[in-house]
Amino acid sequence: MSNSTSQQLRQHEPAPTDLERLFSDSLTAARLPRFTSLGLLVLSFAVAALFDVITGHNGLARLAVIGVLLYLIVHFIVARAVEGGRPATDGLARDLVTLAFIVALIPLISLIFETLKQGLVRFDADYFTKSMWGVINTGGGAAHAIQGTLIVTALSTIISVPIGLFTAIYLVEYGHGRLSRAITLLVDVMTGIPSIVAGLFAYSLFVLIVGVAQARMGFTGAVSLCVLMIPYVVRSAEEMLSLVPNSLREASYALGVTKWLTIVRIVIPTALSGIVSGVVIAIARVIGETAPLLITAGFVNWKNPNPFSGEMTTLPVFVYNQVMVPGVPQQPFYDRAWTGALVLILIVMVLNLLGRFISARFSPKTKK
Amino acid sequence: MAKRIELKKLNIHYGDFLAVKDVDMMIEPRSVTAFIGPSGCGKSTVLRSLNRMLEVTPGARVDGEVLLDNVNLYDKAVDPVRVRRQVGMVFQQPNPFPTMSIRENVLAGIQLNNKRMAHSEKEEVLERSLRSANLWNEVKDRLDRPGSSLSGGQQQRLCIARATAVQPEVLLMDEPCSALDPISTLAIEDLIQELKEDYTVVIVTHNMQQAARVSEKTGFFTINGTGMPGHLVEFDNTETIFSNPKEKQTEDYITGRFG
Repeated sequence: MSNSTSQQLRQHEPAPTDLERLFSDSLTAARLPRFTSLGLLVLSFAVAALFDVITGHNGLARLAVIGVLLYLIVHFIVARAVEGGRPATDGLARDLVTLAFIVALIPLISLIFETLKQGLVRFDADYFTKSMWGVINTGGGAAHAIQGTLIVTALSTIISVPIGLFTAIYLVEYGHGRLSRAITLLVDVMTGIPSIVAGLFAYSLFVLIVGVAQARMGFTGAVSLCVLMIPYVVRSAEEMLSLVPNSLREASYALGVTKWLTIVRIVIPTALSGIVSGVVIAIARVIGETAPLLITAGFVNWKNPNPFSGEMTTLPVFVYNQVMVPGVPQQPFYDRAWTGALVLILIVMVLNLLGRFISARFSPKTKK
Repeated sequence: MAKRIELKKLNIHYGDFLAVKDVDMMIEPRSVTAFIGPSGCGKSTVLRSLNRMLEVTPGARVDGEVLLDNVNLYDKAVDPVRVRRQVGMVFQQPNPFPTMSIRENVLAGIQLNNKRMAHSEKEEVLERSLRSANLWNEVKDRLDRPGSSLSGGQQQRLCIARATAVQPEVLLMDEPCSALDPISTLAIEDLIQELKEDYTVVIVTHNMQQAARVSEKTGFFTINGTGMPGHLVEFDNTETIFSNPKEKQTEDYITGRFG
């Protein structure tokens, strides 16, 4: 029993005798009644509001900060007086952790709310069927940008997933030495590459191969995204593969199954759900990339379904362009930008759901 | 089925460390041979050298000969994958494949090796293997449930069915009952008695009563100190080992006087 609790007891009762001290390790202790925290929270905010009225200032942020601070202090003091020091500190920690959680949630919810509110204005059939060809202010759509994003991201996924997965398989199943350590280090370094560097790399690579006139195309954009995506795929797949218990590999070897078939039929299926969610996260990471695609894929107002010839607009670049170089009046451009942001979020969400579906379909069958 | 195994001057290294020294032994077909001994004495290591599972561990190296019906398993021309098709293994922890149903687990050895087999033939193998593992009656109505839905003892019998489905010559068991309760252990021990009709069975066990109950021959391994190699002290009929051992070390161990 903590000292402060003992002191607490002493304030209310005469000094305990030896016999009482013997039994002071009692399992029961004073507890705050239920809903005390809630009551104190309401009270704190009421006081904060009153304070605002008296001083004549107001504002939601001010109210929230004062109310929360007041609550933290009062709750701690009340808990300390009734329950003692140890439970009060425990309660304070709980309050702070909850606070951090709420603070982290605020931008997320506000972002989704704002994007929905602004993005729904132009969330119509035109937006998904028309390009910006010949559009001066109102109307038009982002069909060309949506198409571009889907093509570029699909291409980079098709290139990155096999390379990343095979690298991870090498690292977990085959590599045990200097080479695999070097690859791990390189992958770690690549994870931190700024996306603009990846864009410059892919662009200059294709300038060398096809020349300046043709270098800016969807495929160049896809390659720059690959540079960003591969390390993510390697990292997550490596982690998932190394989680597969060795006993399963041994069980398979003991049946006279070759190493490669063991990897394909036992190890990968067991790790599949994790690998899939890793891939989805990697796609979500690159689908919103703007900077490298500005350099590599460029910007046009019309549909270009061919990733190997001509510039290709992607959604993030489209959004960037609508905001940075709007026409007059500006509002239709801003509306299109918001809807573009909303569509991006929706695409990522659909990918996530798809990933979850695939994971659930193939994940290890557990007891039910 | 069932082949004879002969170990000649078997030395096993993990990197620079000599783990097992100079083991000579003759394991008879259609019998049960038990390896006993304290932890770390190398009995599992010797067992794993019998189907070349040892080399899955990085750094492990084998000197000497393991003859399976007079073919040296460590000859350069020998393919470890083929060895393991003839020498099956059951592990300490039941390890059914978690992505597979009971049926798929039993047939795993056939399907993973891409062997073509008619449906009726597969069903036959499935029933025969599960019956030989004394599991058929318990699971015949739920063959499509996941293998992991079974109890620990059932899972272990499923693993035995999986190992026998590919009809190996030899069945190695690495402490197959140490994770099981006494009733499941009894079921597995009964099963071992039936399996020896068809297979050469080698079992590593910590449980001396188990060795006495199930085996015809027993090998006692020990280690003389930390960092020293494990070695085979005595190899004889199980009855002799437990009633009238030649070596003092063996007697001390089986009577419980071992350090």
